Amino acid sequence: MIIYLLCLVLFCCGIYCILRKRNIIKIIVGIIISEYAVNLFFILTAYRVGGRAPIFSSEAEILNMVDPLPHALVLTSIVIGLATTALLVAIAMRIYEKYGTFDITKIRELKG
Amino acid sequence: MIELYILLIFMIIGAIIAIEVKDLLSSVIAVGAVGLGLSIVFLILKAPDVAITQLVVEILCLIILIRATLKKDIPFSTSGRWFLNTLITLGFIIIFLTVAIKSLSDLPEFGYPMMRVAKTYLREGLAKTGASNIVASVILDFRAYDTLGEATILFTAVIGVLTIVRRIGRKKENQQIEEEDE
Repeated sequence: MIIYLLCLVLFCCGIYCILRKRNIIKIIVGIIISEYAVNLFFILTAYRVGGRAPIFSSEAEILNMVDPLPHALVLTSIVIGLATTALLVAIAMRIYEKYGTFDITKIRELKG
Repeated sequence: MIELYILLIFMIIGAIIAIEVKDLLSSVIAVGAVGLGLSIVFLILKAPDVAITQLVVEILCLIILIRATLKKDIPFSTSGRWFLNTLITLGFIIIFLTVAIKSLSDLPEFGYPMMRVAKTYLREGLAKTGASNIVASVILDFRAYDTLGEATILFTAVIGVLTIVRRIGRKKENQQIEEEDE
């Protein structure tokens, strides 16, 4: 159970960064950290004591494999995380070009 | 399992450094350390496919973030409503932790998953799909629509990035952002 708590602490670090910081890059960093924590939580729930990776081999009969379903879901989620990060960074760079700053309190005019 | 705890504590320390350090480039590098540690944790938890993907994605993510922060290191202000902001943030985190710890007691114990759906996949995966890697057979056969949706999201994100960084009516087009999405 303690390992789930450590995972939650990591998630809370990300949440704190998103809510508290004012630099856009720091907010993106917080989003990335909390995304890592969620992925880690899924893989932790899939682990089995003494389990093996879910790959069959021809000669050996492998009995206790870890849960392959969260692995497949997390595989999808990691790639989507990269795409959203790229989009966020593109928007942040555009904001920097327009306003000359990453500070969200200085970005006041909202019209394009 | 002791190495798992050590790696997780390393990741938490890396995350705190990434959040609190003033220099933006150092912050991005610390996030890279957290991601690479996460990839080793995946390897220990017997998820090699996820570990490989995490490694590749982490490096690409680092390249994109470094491109964004290079030569743009601006000190950011922390003045004004400091107390209120911290109070609201801490309150939110405390509420979240209370609910999460309450719901953690309903989870099966660490190391003993239920595997209600996965039993079928493990039993019939090889016969039905012919793939010896069960994860590949899940994402490409049993749940192929998930992968289709993932490809759609990737395509949409690439179009969004191109739309945002495009400059209309200018000659030089050399400052395109890297779109290394798969």
